[in-house]
Parts: sequence; structure tokens; C-alpha cells
Amino acid sequence: MVNDNIVNCEHVWHKISNYLEDDVDASFRSRMDEHFQTCSACRSLLEGTRNVIQLYSDERMIEVPSGFGSRLQHRLAQSRRAPGRSWSPWSAWLVPLAALLLITGGVRIASSRTVPQPLLSAHAQPARNIPPDMVVVVSAEAKEFHVPGCEFIHNKERERTLTAKEAVDQGYVPCVRCLRKYLQTASAGRTSLEMEATSEPDIAGPKQDGGE
Amino acid sequence: MAEANVVVNNSGQAGTSHELELIDRVQRGENALFYELVRPYERRVFAAAMAILRNESDAEDVAQEAMLKALRAIRQFRADARFSTWLIQITVNEALMRRRKDRNNVIEAIDDRRDEESDYAPRDFADWREIPSEALERKEVRQRLAQALASLDRKYREVFVLRDMEQLNIQETADALGISIASVKTRLLRARLMLRDLLAAGWEQGWFSRLPFEKGTKPW
Repeated sequence: MVNDNIVNCEHVWHKISNYLEDDVDASFRSRMDEHFQTCSACRSLLEGTRNVIQLYSDERMIEVPSGFGSRLQHRLAQSRRAPGRSWSPWSAWLVPLAALLLITGGVRIASSRTVPQPLLSAHAQPARNIPPDMVVVVSAEAKEFHVPGCEFIHNKERERTLTAKEAVDQGYVPCVRCLRKYLQTASAGRTSLEMEATSEPDIAGPKQDGGE
Repeated sequence: MAEANVVVNNSGQAGTSHELELIDRVQRGENALFYELVRPYERRVFAAAMAILRNESDAEDVAQEAMLKALRAIRQFRADARFSTWLIQITVNEALMRRRKDRNNVIEAIDDRRDEESDYAPRDFADWREIPSEALERKEVRQRLAQALASLDRKYREVFVLRDMEQLNIQETADALGISIASVKTRLLRARLMLRDLLAAGWEQGWFSRLPFEKGTKPW
């Protein structure tokens, strides 16, 4: 079709969309241009097609239902407080959760080292001294938050990063290993964060304490 | 005539520095900023869902679901892609999944099997009467155009919406819908020509009869 030097109207119909996409080769394009000079019907087709694209690409052509944006915003906010992630439902579970953590994890520390009894209270008053802007990570289906790189993160391939404040707001509790120095345990009672001014979380903490 | 050539733009530039910063912060966990990040695109997200589902309530629900998925997957977003395109692709995917579950769409799917390769001959060759974009100020004009678009078979409507309204490029449109580039081009040509014919017929029916034309501009 395009080998022929003569471009007829039907050729133009087939290529007019590509022409507007600037997706025809240069020689055919120039033959189309010549055709438009002499054929008013195809010129009208070109003008109309271009007009269609201009009109429909206008932002005003997209109408959304009233209140769409606020409902979307609300749903996104809701998702951050989804069941299992919200602070208030979790607060009721803090004590049993802390007990569970103690059994599943903390006990191992306790068995290898002399760990002060009031460890449980660290979970009952979680994260109080952790800098709210501190970057921490959480992972799917786990309830603790950790400093990045903590070796006790489960499901590392599904971890996400957030601030300590967000983690607390979403109901996560601090990992007793990597965040121990911030918790008000008897052994880590030095809660002044100024003492730990390093912005990069110290994941060596548990090792220094002989955690495992 | 030379300036007339390029109408279609891809607006393929990378995001603004503000957008890139927001993306970075959300990726680092500041989820509360996500709405601010997607707000400029929420209308396009809705339109993409609407093009596929043609039902406002389903489209809104799917748009919300898609944004939740985007938030969950935000760390997979790479800055070398356009964020808007990424959002729309997630939305299209979500809408297509929703449609597969919806039996009411079976009839339209059967309708879609008509031969798309058959040539479409434009019907109206009368001198084109320019419809100025100012006409879009009028709600009835927007509604007429929306009705014309809604009257297209869905395979034409979807491609047209993604390419010409959402500004995805040809490849992105093909990827989003899971069809070939050649199919996108064929359907796009036909959608554009059909809409042109519908709008030309609209002139005859008085759709645009009270348009505010610029001084000195003859509409025909």
C-alpha cells in the first residue's frame, strides 16, 4: 500500500491515528501532508480527529463523584488503623502480648544471661523513650518493630520502613533485643536518648548484652 | 499544516522534585503522606476504573482498593517510571480483576468479539466544525461527549481512555490491558474515528449549538 507513491483517501484513514502519534515514516508522512493540501475531506478528517483528542484529553472531561477525594482519604487513613494495627485495640492486649514475647523470645535471653525481672514492664510501657522520628522496620505478620538490620526480624523479605512513632501508633511494640537500650528495664535503665545520640540505630546492642 | 502534526503528547517527564520527595518519604514509612502523593491523580485513577467498569460505585470502590494496593506496594515503585502511570496500571489491573468476577459483563465481552480488524470507514466528510475547548465549560457538552465515549464497545473505549485521556503511551496502554501494541493502534484509530463521527453527528443534533465561539472564529 505504502509502496505506491500515490496516497489515496483510504491510506489516510488507516494512518491518520499513527500520523497524529508521529508514528509514520518520514516519506509517507510527507505524502500524507501533500494529500491533505489537496483533499478537503481528509483534511476535515484530520481536523476532527485532532479535535476529538484535544477535547477528551482535557482535565474537565474527567468528572468524579462528589466527595470522592475525601472518601479516598478516609479509606487510606482507615487502612493505617486497620484491625491488628491500631493502637487502642492493641493496648488491651499489651500485657498478654508482652507475656507471649517473654516466653517466645525474651526467655532465651533470660536463660543465657541474668536479665532483670521487670522486663515485662518494658512492654507494658512500650517505646516511651524511643525517638519518635527514629527509622524502624516492621514485617508482615509480626507485632514488634526493630531497628533496620536487627537479626530478629521475621519475614525480612516483607519488611517495611516507618518511624517509631508510626510503629507505636499502629500498635507495634519494640523488639526487646535491638531496642532494649531504650526500654525501661532495670538493666537498660539508661533511658536518656541523648546518651545514644547516634542517629544510626545500634544493632550491636543485644550482642553487647550477650543477648543470644 | 506542519504545526498541526503533533497533537498527542506523552507528558512522559519524570515526577517533580516534590513528588519524588513524597515518594521517598512514603517509601520510608510515612504512610500518612500517601494521600498527598496520589491526590493529583485521583481523578485519573477514577476515570481509568470507570472506563473499564462503567459503574460509578464499582469504579470508586476499585479506585480505593487500587490505592490501598499501591500504598502497600510503594516500595516496589522505581523512580524511573512515571508515578501516575504506575497508579493507573494498578487501577486498570484491579478493575479488570473486578470485571472478571462480574457476570454482568459477560454480555459485553461477547459483543467485543466482533471483528476488530475490519476497516472502519469514516462516515462524515463534511468540513469539520471545530469544537473549542471552552465548550467543555458547559456540563451538557461534557455529558454529550461522555455519552459518545460510553457508546463505544469497551475494547475501543478502554484503549481510548488510557491513551488519550490518561496519557499513557502506546506501550503502557498495551501493557495495562494485556494486549499487543498492534491491537492498541488498531483500536485507537477506530475509537478516534468513531468519536469524530459521533461528534459530527452531534452537531446535526444541536449538541453544540450554543457554543461560545471566540470573536472572529467561524466554527464552520
